[in-house]
This record gives sequence, structure tokens and C-alpha cells, in this order.
Amino acid sequence: METLWFIVVTLMLAIFIVLDGFDFGVGMVYPFVVRTEAERRTVLASIGPLWNANEVWLIAAGAVLFFAYPKAYAAGFSGFYLALILVLWLLIFRGLALELRSHVDHVLWKQAWDTAFTTASLLLAFVFGAALGNLIRGVPLNRDGYFFVPFWTDFQPGPEPGILDWFTVLLGLTTVSILAFHGANYLAMKTEGGLYQRAVSTAWVMGWVSAGCTVLTVTAVPFVQPSLRLNFAGHPMEYLVPLSGLFALGSSLYLRQHQRDTAAFLTSSVFILLMLTSVMFGMYPYILVSTTDPALSLTVFNAATDSYGLTTGFAWFGVGFLLVVAYQSYVYSLFWGKTRSDDAH
Amino acid sequence: MTSALLYDRLQFAFTATFHYLFPQLTMGLALLLFYLRSRAIVTDDEQYQQVSDFWTSIFALNFGFGVVTGIPLEFQFGTNWARFSTFAGGVIGQTLAMEGVFAFFLESSFLGILLFRKRFSRRVQWFAALMLFVGSWLSGYFILATNAWMQHPVAYHVGDDGRVFVNSLAGLLTNPWLFWQFAHTMTAAVVTASCVIAAVGAYYLLSGQHLSHAKTFLQTGVVAGAIASALMIFPTGHGNAEQVFEHQPVKGAAFEGLFTTERGAGLYLVGQPNLETMTIDNPIEIPKALSFLVYKDLYAKVKGLDAFPRDEWPDNLPLLYYAYHVMAGLGTIFAAIFGLALLSLWRDRLFNMNWLLWLLMLSAPFPYIATSAGWMTAELGRQPWLVYGLLRTAHGTSPLVHSGNALFTLIGFLGLYLLLGLLFVFLLGKTIQRGPGSIDSHATSTA
Ligand code: HDD
Ligand code: HEM
Ligand code: HEM
Repeated sequence: METLWFIVVTLMLAIFIVLDGFDFGVGMVYPFVVRTEAERRTVLASIGPLWNANEVWLIAAGAVLFFAYPKAYAAGFSGFYLALILVLWLLIFRGLALELRSHVDHVLWKQAWDTAFTTASLLLAFVFGAALGNLIRGVPLNRDGYFFVPFWTDFQPGPEPGILDWFTVLLGLTTVSILAFHGANYLAMKTEGGLYQRAVSTAWVMGWVSAGCTVLTVTAVPFVQPSLRLNFAGHPMEYLVPLSGLFALGSSLYLRQHQRDTAAFLTSSVFILLMLTSVMFGMYPYILVSTTDPALSLTVFNAATDSYGLTTGFAWFGVGFLLVVAYQSYVYSLFWGKTRSDDAH
Repeated sequence: MTSALLYDRLQFAFTATFHYLFPQLTMGLALLLFYLRSRAIVTDDEQYQQVSDFWTSIFALNFGFGVVTGIPLEFQFGTNWARFSTFAGGVIGQTLAMEGVFAFFLESSFLGILLFRKRFSRRVQWFAALMLFVGSWLSGYFILATNAWMQHPVAYHVGDDGRVFVNSLAGLLTNPWLFWQFAHTMTAAVVTASCVIAAVGAYYLLSGQHLSHAKTFLQTGVVAGAIASALMIFPTGHGNAEQVFEHQPVKGAAFEGLFTTERGAGLYLVGQPNLETMTIDNPIEIPKALSFLVYKDLYAKVKGLDAFPRDEWPDNLPLLYYAYHVMAGLGTIFAAIFGLALLSLWRDRLFNMNWLLWLLMLSAPFPYIATSAGWMTAELGRQPWLVYGLLRTAHGTSPLVHSGNALFTLIGFLGLYLLLGLLFVFLLGKTIQRGPGSIDSHATSTA
């Protein structure tokens, strides 16, 4: 049961990064692909009806983490206090930018929200990457099961790390490039004309950048968190997951080159999904690894709620999850296809 | 109180109160919008379609602010109340996760359809309005189930390590406390929405714009408002008060200002609690009323604060006392105003009674005040407990988040939310100024 919920949380986070990831990506490439106000509107309308529900995957994943592993939720959220509050503020700005831009017809108003949208998307992508880096590297959990990390210490992933060190910064940048690629792929699928051309060339560049960054990151991981390698060495089959992730990235680039827009977007989604799940697989059974003493780490077993909670939860979660998938697919299908230029609110 | 604790409490209180300003309109408006869209379909009346579109755009604006201010709350259980989360996660994790899975997805998915509604038929729009209504009320239900458990813990057991776990999900979701709390809170949401709709109608009528729309607004707002504000007092407000006296007698004594245990206790309408003398200054009192209201017996004994040890008293008595009296006072005033308005509407006079229209127009902010005061009553009165009888607030904070960090983020939230508030009021004013009937043409010209 504990393991099952680990898979659920992983899956929900991965869905969040794939879905809201393209919103962040669109935000990042936005200034590079638009030329006119009409194009701006088309880009914003392409994610307008969808971004909010995508963001709920994060809220729901957080809530499910709280429910299944209260100790990990409490330790993690209070330990990354500053970074999390920063995420909250950035999410506020991202949301406001998307909702409020259309309300006032004034250049400065629109410019201000455009900038807020891009900046918040960029920083959010970076922070989420850095957060993943922190999970891989580990945190200084104490005897009571809590920790606190400042933004930075000496930028070394040592026993007293900050949120930002060279490793987590690398992961942040990798995430930024991957999501920019993903977002550009999404735009290519949703747009036409000049906008389409620019989205395609941005995607092409970002695709190669993310390939480069990914290789760097994958090489760096074993130095920072040897246990991840051990886990993989113990189960050689698990190498298949990251390998097929890289294969997905390769095919996404290939499809990109051949203008197969939808397929390119779908494969970049698969790439993100597989990279994230392979990290989580590698971590299992750890949720938070302690850098002070491995014995203090929080695992899916010692952080979980009791078995009645986990079992009952599964009943309602199954129903709820199917419902969500059903009507989210319905809403996505309503907005499927190229965004029409008169789509607006 | 350590300063970190103080900042944590202020931050939660501030962000929760601010968040709640938005959902209370969302939930009430969701019900009224569903009604308006149903009317639009059944009567095939262009007027109702335009009225629905106008309120949909206000709904959407309000919803956007509700969403962005809601996320910080969900995360703050972990960031600022880590020991509480560790302790109680086995119970409240259930309801919070259910809210995410069942309610938030529903609302946010279907809002997209209403926002980009030009693509869709009226039936699809109607269906989306129904889903939003269901989603937002479910949201209220699950979050209140969480709060009800903190007020009145049920269906749990204490594990070996001192943490609590849920015993019965059904028991958690049918917490007896929840019944009156949900009824009272949802009715309050309808009062808010009715006041806002009626106020905008009164404003248009008084300033001679959009006359036919204004009348529809007033009719809808006044009828719904009259029903809801009556229900606020009886049975829901009364039911809430009774259960407080049954399960949290200290809270009841504190918000009524009853310092000493009395037989045939009176009800203070006005007065200022004096902590030096432990009496109420300048009292205006209805004799024996409190005993009667709580126990249906004029001479029943009501426990005062003196019946409880000092360390179980809520720590901010005067604020608690005023909060309660502000809520109950306003509740009485709403019932009076809406009652009069309903009578005049029925007699076909309302649209010419300028003074009453003025009152309705100015009433809009007051449900917000009443509700914030109501939450202060419930939450301040729960002190010193975070989970009533089980966990003290002082033992719920994050051990390693020190006061410097908490103050930093508190100041950040204060500044950010000030900006949010200004933006909201500005944009709301703009939408009202633009008026119904022009919403769609406007939407096409901007984005
Ligand atoms: C429009 C808003 C509004 C109005 C007019 C009233 N209330 Fe209220 N009240 C609320 C909005 C509210 C609320 C914000 O929704 C609360 C906070 C927690 C809750 O359950 O509902 C609340 C709580 C609340 C509580 C505390 C419950 C607790 O401690 O958990 C009591 C005893 C009452 N109410 C009683 C009344 C009475 C007797 C009223 C009539 C005169 C009244 N309320 C009018
Ligand atoms: C939206 C309506 C709500 C408002 C306006 C509100 C208001 C407040 C206030 C004023 C406090 C501070 C009390 C004090 O420190 O003396 C507080 C504390 C708190 N409330 Fe609420 N509350 C609301 C709903 C909820 C709900 C639904 C929950 C639970 C899910 C909740 C959980 C808490 C917690 C954890 C604290 C901090 C601990 C404490 O000070 O007791 N609140 N809230
Ligand atoms: C203090 C505890 C609370 C927490 C943790 C919380 C959490 C949240 C979150 C995360 C959202 C955003 C959902 C989205 O993205 O769609 C939200 C919105 C919402 N919340 Fe809260 N909330 C709290 C209090 C309340 C209360 C007391 C109510 C009603 C009784 C309420 C009703 C709603 C509704 C209806 C929405 C939809 C957006 C809106 O109406 O503006 N919330 N809340």
C-alpha cells in the first residue's frame, strides 16, 4: 500500500509537470515567438482555458502527499520554507497575468502582465528543477524528522547544503530548457502562420539545448547521490526507463524536424514523464534522504499514515481519478486543434 | 507567545481571511448563476442570457482571485504548521486530498468552458454552470469537514507515536459539527451574493443606467437575500450557537461576554468587556435571554468563564467578543433590510423607494465584514487549541522556521495581498461600469 501511494504521488507530479509544464514553456518562449497583439492573444488563448486545471495537479499532488505521507509533507514543506513561499508568490503572479491581462486595453497594462507571465514561468520552471535536485541530493534531516535549508550556503552539495548549489542549479537550468522545448512544441501544435514558424525554430533550438543539459545532469547525478546508482545497479531493468526517456527525446527531435507537430509534442511529454519517473524509481523507497545520517531519512514506510487511511483512500481516489481523467479529456477535446484567432475571453 | 508563533498565526489568519473573501461570493453566485442560466434556457429570454453573461464575468474575475489566494493556504499547513501536519495529517489529509481530487478539478476544468463560452451552445454553458456550482459547494464541504474536525474531533484514534489517524471516513464526513457549520456558511455565501447582486442593481437604478437589467438584479438579489438572511439567524446561526455551548462552553461564554456562571443569564446586545473587573461596561442586556436561547429554559444555568481554568480561555477575549457581536448584529440588520425590500418588491414599490435602494447599494461590503467576523469567532474562540482538546496551537508550529523567516513572508503576503485587493476592486469597478449587455462585444475587441 505504501508503495502504491508512492506511485500515485509520482504519477500526479509527473502529470503536473507534463501539463502545467507546457504552460510554463509557453510563458518562457512567449516573448520570442510573438510579433503582433493578435499573435499574443492567440498564444494566451491556446492555454487560457486549460492552465488552471493543469495547476490543480500540483495542488492535488500536494494534498495527496499530505494525506499519504504526513511526515514527509510536514518536513519537506517547512524545510523548504522560503522556496515554497516563493513558488506560491510566483504562482499568484502567473495566475493573475493570465486572468487579468485582457481586462484593460492599455499597452502598459498588457506589457506589465506579459512580463510577469514570462518571468514567473521561467522562475517556476527553474525552482521546480532545483527542487528535484534537492530531493536527489538529500537534506539535513534531524532526529525529530525536520530540517531547514536556506536559499544557499556555499553552493556545494555537502552535508550542509542550501537550496541552490551547483547541482540543483544545473537541474533547474535543465528543467527550464526542457519545458521551453515542450512549450514550443505545444505552440507549434496549436498555431499557424508566422507564429507557427517561430515556434518551430524555437523548439528546434531548445530541443538541442535540453538534450545537452540532460546529458550533463545524468552524468552529474552519480557523483551527488551514489545511492541512486546503487539502486539502478541492483535492478538493471530499471535502466530501461531513463534510456527510453532519452530515446523519446531523440524521437521528439526527429519528429520535430519532420514537422510532425502533434507527435513531437506527445513524445516530449513522454520524455518528461519517463525522466521524472526514473528519478523517483531510483529514489524509492526514500522520499527525503538525510545528508546528516542516512538512518534519519524518511521513506515511504516510516512517513506513511496508517493502513486504514491508505486503504480507504484508495477507494475514493480510484473513483476520483477516473472522473478527473474523464472530464479533463472532455475539456481538452473541446479545445483540441489549432487555436482560433477569435478565441478569447 | 514566541514571536514565531505570533507571526505564524497572523499569517494564517490574514491569508485565510483574505482568501475567504472570494469563495464566499463564488459559492453564492454559483447558485444564483445556475438559476439565472436555467431561466435563460427555459424562457429563451435574451435578458436573462445577458444578465447571466454579466455575472459570469464577475464570477470569473472573483474566481481567479480565489484560486491564487487558495493555493498558499493549502501549502501553509506544511510550511508553518509542520508539527500540526505531522500530528493530524492522518485525519485531515483525507478531506484535503478529497477536496483536491473531487472539487478543485471540477471547478477549474469547467471554468475554462464558461470563460471561452462563445464557442459553445447555451446548453453546454448551462451544464458548465451546474458543474461550477457542484464543484464550489463540494469545495466548501470538504474544507469545512476539515475545519469541523479541528473544532470537534471525531472518528479518530491516537497511534503509538501520539499522532492521530482516522477510524472511519464516513464518520469524518458526517461529523455532527459539520451539519450546522456547512448550512450556516453556505447560507452566508448566498447572503453575500444576493447583497452584491442587489447592490449593483440598486446602483444602476439610482444612476439611471441599464434599467431593465437592474430590475432583474434587484428581484433576484432581494428574493434570495431575504430567504437566506432569515435562515442565517434561524435555524443555522442558532444551531451553531447551541452546539458551541454544548461542546465548547468556554468559547460560548467568551463570545457572549459571560464572566460568571449564572442561572437565568441575560444576553448582551451592547457593551465592552472589561478584563480588569471581569464585567461588561455599559451593558444593554435582555434578561434571561441567553439561558432561554441555549437551553429553552429561562432559569437554566449557563457556565461563565469563571467555571474554566485560565489556561483554557481563548487568548483574545475582547476581539472574540466584538467579532461575535458584529456578526450577530449585522445578521439582524440584513434580515431587517431584506425583509423590507421583499415587502416593497411584492407591493411593487421597491423601484421607486430611493432610500431603500441606497441602503441596498451600500449593503454590499457588510456580508464580507460579517463573515470575517464569524470566522474570527470560530477560530479565535477555538484557542488555545489548534485541534480542540487534542493539540495546543503553540505545539503545532514548524520547529525550524524561525521568526525572521516567518516575519519576512508575513510582510510579503501583506504587501502582495494589498496589491491584489486594489487590483480586484479596480477591475470589479470597471466591469460594473461597463455594464451588462456589452460584455460579449467587449470580449471580442480585447482578448
Ligand atoms: C453573512 C454572514 C453571517 C451572518 C449574518 C451571521 N453569521 Fe454566524 N458565522 C458566519 C457568517 C455569518 C460564518 C463566517 O460563516 C461562520 C464562521 C464559521 C462558521 O461555521 O460560519 C459563522 C460562525 C458562527 C458561530 C460560531 C461557530 C463556531 O464557533 O464554530 C456562531 C455561534 C454563529 N455564527 C451564530 C450566528 C448568529 C446567532 C447569527 C445571527 C444573528 C449569525 N451567526 C449571523
Ligand atoms: C476561510 C475561512 C477561515 C478564516 C477566515 C479563518 C480564520 C482564522 C483565524 C482568524 C485564525 C487565527 C486564530 C488565532 O491565531 O488566534 C485561524 C487560524 C487557523 N485556522 Fe482558520 N479560518 C478559516 C478557515 C479554516 C479552515 C477551513 C481550516 C482548516 C482546514 C483552518 C485552519 C486553521 C489553522 C490550522 C489555523 C492556525 C492555528 C491557530 O491559530 O489556531 N481555518 N484561522
Ligand atoms: C483555510 C483553509 C483553506 C484552504 C487550505 C483552501 C484551499 C484552496 C485552494 C488550494 C484553492 C484553489 C483551487 C483551484 O486552484 O481551483 C481554493 C479555492 C476555493 N476555496 Fe478555499 N481554502 C480554504 C478555505 C476555504 C473555505 C473555508 C471555503 C468555503 C467554505 C473555501 C472555498 C473555496 C472555493 C469555493 C474555491 C474556488 C475558488 C473560488 O471560489 O474563489 N475555501 N481554496
